[in-house]
Amino acid sequence: MGFIINVAYFAAAVLFIVGLKQMASPVTARRGIIWAGWGMVIATVVTFLHPEVRGFINYLLIILGIGIGGGLAWYTGKRVAMTDMPQMIALYNGMGGGAAAGIGIVALMGSYELSWTIQFIAVVGVIIGAVAFSGSLIAFAKLQGLITKSLRFDMQQKINLGVLGATVLLGIIISFSGAQVNGALLTVFLLLALAFGILMTLPIGGADMPVVISLYNALTGLAVGLKGLVLDNAALMIAGIVVGAAGTLLTQLMAKAMNRPISNVLFSHFGESSGGDQSEVTGTMKEIEASDAGVMMAFADKVIIVPGYGMAVAQAQHKIWELTQLLQERGVTVKFAIHPVAGRMPGHMNVLLAEAGVPYDIIYDLDEINSEFKTADVAIVIGANDVVNPVARSNPESPIYGMPILNADQAKNVIVIKRGKGAGFSGVENHLFFADNTRMLYGDGQKAASALISSIKEIG
Amino acid sequence: MIEGFVALYIFMLAAFTGYEVISKVPVILHTPLMSGSNFVHGIVLVGTMVALGHAETTAQMWVGFIAVILAAGNAVGGYVVTERMLEMFKSSKGAK
Repeated sequence: MGFIINVAYFAAAVLFIVGLKQMASPVTARRGIIWAGWGMVIATVVTFLHPEVRGFINYLLIILGIGIGGGLAWYTGKRVAMTDMPQMIALYNGMGGGAAAGIGIVALMGSYELSWTIQFIAVVGVIIGAVAFSGSLIAFAKLQGLITKSLRFDMQQKINLGVLGATVLLGIIISFSGAQVNGALLTVFLLLALAFGILMTLPIGGADMPVVISLYNALTGLAVGLKGLVLDNAALMIAGIVVGAAGTLLTQLMAKAMNRPISNVLFSHFGESSGGDQSEVTGTMKEIEASDAGVMMAFADKVIIVPGYGMAVAQAQHKIWELTQLLQERGVTVKFAIHPVAGRMPGHMNVLLAEAGVPYDIIYDLDEINSEFKTADVAIVIGANDVVNPVARSNPESPIYGMPILNADQAKNVIVIKRGKGAGFSGVENHLFFADNTRMLYGDGQKAASALISSIKEIG
Repeated sequence: MIEGFVALYIFMLAAFTGYEVISKVPVILHTPLMSGSNFVHGIVLVGTMVALGHAETTAQMWVGFIAVILAAGNAVGGYVVTERMLEMFKSSKGAK
């Protein structure tokens, strides 16, 4: 029996790694997740034969638990809107962290002797898992709009450090307290670890959440890997550590794409609005009618579309794709330019465009497309603001200075589709809107796109 | 029993593998890939099954039971959302 289990776990580990590898390319990504899925099924089924799984009630509870947890996740996962994807990932990730902490607690509650190293590893796993659990829940609540304020108070960092210190101290005591761990001590320890996750996440602003979610994803992986060591289970060790390492790298890539060092995200408080600069804006905003904008695009050679989260909120991506196809039929080259923070998470906008049917090979990221704006006849900015603000290049006083932006202002004509005249997320006036080559098309994203479509159709 | 140093080797090799596998990923796949790796650590389900499987006291069973629910949520939820996202990625050349 042990042989079959080991073969199955080995197969699962291979499927996970190959699956992840395939997920790193858009061509094979779908196959990758399916392979990894089979790995999970094999590993789960074979675990029912595990010699340490015994007792009728235990079997019953396992099946019941899988049914409840799996059923709820299946239902919510199938229904969640693509715009809400980041917080759902946070939620599922948090559950994994909680589960890893649970394994550690069960092991520490046991009456049988564990070596102090194993006990210590279990303790570390509980801390990491519990922090990932409560932290992810806060991240979920923030992105879902359940928590709108970022809690900040005096001495916050010192208090957080104190809570962490107390958690670690209790953890060390537990590691050396042998087989009989005091239940009350264990409870306090778990609560402290959970509290630290909450305290650490509360002050971080919504804009930085993606990096935080990615970090917790890596932490959960690490916690799972450590639990593999406690349970003497190689499948857990390999899958957990692979994710821990991949997640760490992904966190770094995301932070880099957003121009936010990880230490800044965790320990300084940007992310929310920061004052806004008072620099003089020259020129005026010039309005354009949809019919004129339509003509401009229909007779262009090259159009670059710059979508922002506002487009997704207005559910305009389907109309934009329709518009794109219309232009392509007329022989216009259309490209999409995606800023790393265009969605709520790097890559999120790509998912939203993919949902509307936009093929990924006409979607370009910042580095690929920025030199092309010079040769574009029209750049359409829809629902994006700060990511095309040229002050990020020119004005060192500005709070967004230094952030990489899309050089939409270098296109011959810029059309900005915008709901109203307000400033962006960061509260900074956008100088692009006042530029000589910019025309404003006011209105709801979806309606504006529809108006553009009908005006191009009229040209015939 | 996986001996101490063997465990260390497994950890090191797995860490390099994870790093290598992700290192050339384009930005467009960051969100699905994070979701996919989130699914992979759903393997914690296997661990929770073993933990609950040999639970003896009522308290252990409760903690184990909750852990199994959470882990199943991680695995199933992670799979469903990743698959939904990746299903939509299409090339204009029609090749999947």
